[in-house]
Amino acid sequence: MKQLLSFIRKEFHHILRDRTTMMILILMPIIQIILFGFALTTEVKNTKVAVLATTDDEVTNRIIEKINSSSYFDVVANIHSNDEIQAIFRDAKAKLVIVFEDHFSENLRHNGKAHIQLIADATDPNAATSFTFYVSNIIASYQQELMGTTKNPYQITPEVKMLYNPQMVGAFNFVPGVLGMIMLLICAMMTSIAIVREKEMGTMEILLVSPMKPIYTILSKITPYFVLSAFNFATIMLLSVFVLKVPVAGSFLSLVFVSLLYIFVSLALGLLISTLTSSQLAAMLISGMGLMIPVMLLSGMIFPIENMPVILQWISDIVPARWYISAVKTIMIQGLGISSVLKEVAVLSFMSIVLVTVSLKKFKVRLE
Amino acid sequence: MKLIFFTCQNSPFRGLGGRDTINNMEKVIVAESLTKRFGHFTAVDHISFEVEKGEIFGFLGANGAGKTTAMRMLCGLSKQTSGKGVVAGFDIASQPELVKRNIGYMSQKFSLYGDLKVWENIELFGGIYGMTDEQIKLKTDELMIKLNFEEERNKLVSSLPLGFKQKLAFSVAIFHNPRVVFLDEPTGGVDPITRRKFWELIYDATAHGITVFVTTHYMDEAEYCDRVSIMVDGRIEALDSPANLKKQYQAKNMDEVFQQLARKAKRVDS
Repeated sequence: MKQLLSFIRKEFHHILRDRTTMMILILMPIIQIILFGFALTTEVKNTKVAVLATTDDEVTNRIIEKINSSSYFDVVANIHSNDEIQAIFRDAKAKLVIVFEDHFSENLRHNGKAHIQLIADATDPNAATSFTFYVSNIIASYQQELMGTTKNPYQITPEVKMLYNPQMVGAFNFVPGVLGMIMLLICAMMTSIAIVREKEMGTMEILLVSPMKPIYTILSKITPYFVLSAFNFATIMLLSVFVLKVPVAGSFLSLVFVSLLYIFVSLALGLLISTLTSSQLAAMLISGMGLMIPVMLLSGMIFPIENMPVILQWISDIVPARWYISAVKTIMIQGLGISSVLKEVAVLSFMSIVLVTVSLKKFKVRLE
Repeated sequence: MKLIFFTCQNSPFRGLGGRDTINNMEKVIVAESLTKRFGHFTAVDHISFEVEKGEIFGFLGANGAGKTTAMRMLCGLSKQTSGKGVVAGFDIASQPELVKRNIGYMSQKFSLYGDLKVWENIELFGGIYGMTDEQIKLKTDELMIKLNFEEERNKLVSSLPLGFKQKLAFSVAIFHNPRVVFLDEPTGGVDPITRRKFWELIYDATAHGITVFVTTHYMDEAEYCDRVSIMVDGRIEALDSPANLKKQYQAKNMDEVFQQLARKAKRVDS
C-alpha cells in the first residue's frame, strides 16, 4: 500500500510540474467545446431573405411584413421569377428564398389551402434548419391570426427544401461527440506516453529491478489521469449546460456512471498502446492516427453510422467512442435512463475487461 | 530535531588489490554456466564466477562483450537461456521477486526522476522498497549531511550537475540497505576526480557490508576493485585481483591487461 501511495504521489508531481501539458489538458476541452459550440449553434439574426411573389395582395404582404419585422430576418429583395433564385444564392444575396405559389391568396380564400416554399442555402445545415424553422413558426402564427378572425379553417403549408446538403448531418451532436473525443484523447494518449516516457528515460529499468508490482505501476499511472479526466468531464458538463444551453434531459447520475466507465476504457486503451510501443513518438502516432481518426469519423460524432457501408459499420462497433456517444445522446438529449443504455454499458464493460487483461499480460516485467 | 553526527572522513582508500580479511566467506553472487542467446547470437556464453560478501567485483569488457546482458540476468531484468544464477541467496529464475527485494541497481542511463526534488526521489524509492516514513526521514537527514547535500535537498534533480546526480543515484540505490548493489557504468561522462569521489561512496557501502558489482570501461576504476573479470565475446577471459592480473600479463597497469585481452575479440561492436 505504501508502495502504491508513494508512486501515485510521484505521478501527480510529474503532471503538476509539467505546467504546459497540464494547461493543455485543462484548456483543451474548454476550447474545443466552445469552438464546436459556436461553429454549430448559429444565432439567427438579421438573416437576408428574398421573396418571390407573383401577386401583390394583402395576405402575401402581411406575411412578408411579419417576417421582415421580426429580428431574425431582413427582406432584401423581391424577385419575380424562378430563374432568379439561383442567382440570388450564387451571389450570396440571401440565405433564404420564400416562394409564394401563384394565386396564393386566392387559393387560400377559396380552397382554404395555399402553399409557400422555403428554399434555404444549406451549406451551413444548422443555420438552414433554424431559418426554415423560424419562418415556419412566423407563418404558423399568422395562420392562427387568420383562424381567429373567420370561421373558415385556413391552412398554409410551408414546404421546406434544403439546397446543397439535403441530409442535414450533425445537428446538435457535438456535446456527446466532444465528450467522447476529449476523454479518449486525454486518457489514452496521456497514459500511453506516461509509461513510454519511463522506458525512454531509463527509469523503467529501475522500476523493473525494484519489487514494485506491475499492477501497482499501472494503477498509479492511471490514477492522476482518471482524476484529471473526471475534472474535464465536469468542465464540459458545466459549459454545455450553462453556456451552450444543452440540458441534461435524463438522469445525471447515469451520465456520470457511463462517463467514468468510458474513461476507464480509454485509460486501458492507453495502457495497451504503451505496452506495445517503445518510444513516445510511436505512442503519439498510434494514439493520434489510430484513435483520433476512427473516433472522429466512425463514432457517429460527425457522420451517422446508419449511412455507412456495412464494413465501416462493423469497424465502428469496436470503437469505444461509438458506444459512449450513443449512450450520452440517449441520456443527455433523449432524456432516458440507464435502462435504455444497458447494451452500451455492457459493451464498454466488456471492452475494459479485455483491454486491462491484455495490457497486464503484455506489460513486460523483463527487458529483452 | 535531533542532530545526527556523521564522520565525513571515513572510508579512506584501501591499498590496491589488498582485501581486508573477510571473516565471513559468504557467497552473495553465484553464476554457473550462465548463458544468454538472442536467436543465433550468444551474448553471454557459459560464464561462471562467485562474488563474496563485501567485495567490489569489477566487470570489464569492451562494448558489446556482454557485460550489460550478464548483469541484467543477475538483476532479473532478463531471463537466462541456460545456466544458473543465485543472488543474495535466491535463484534468479525461480525467485526473481525475492532477488529484487535484496538488490539495488543503478543503470548507465542516469535514472532518477528529474522533475522530482532530491528528497522526493529518495522518499519514492524508500516507499517502493517498503521502508516506513520514519525510517525514510531519518535516513534522508543522515544522507543529506553525509553527501553535504542539505542545500540541494529541495532542488529538482534535473538542476543538479552530473556528478551530484550520480552520487545521489548511488545513494538511492543502496538506500534500502540491499545485500548487493549492481552498478552499470555508474560514472560515465565525468572526470577522474569526480569519479574518485564517487568511489569513496562505494568503499563506504562495502564497509557497511554491501557487496558491489560494477561494470566499467574506465581502467582507473578497474584498479579500485578487489577482483576484476574481463569479458571478451561473451566469455570471461580473465578473473583475478588487479595486482595478480598485472603480474600474470606482465603489464604496468590494468589498461595494458585489458588491451592484451580485448585484442582477441572477433566480435565487432554493433
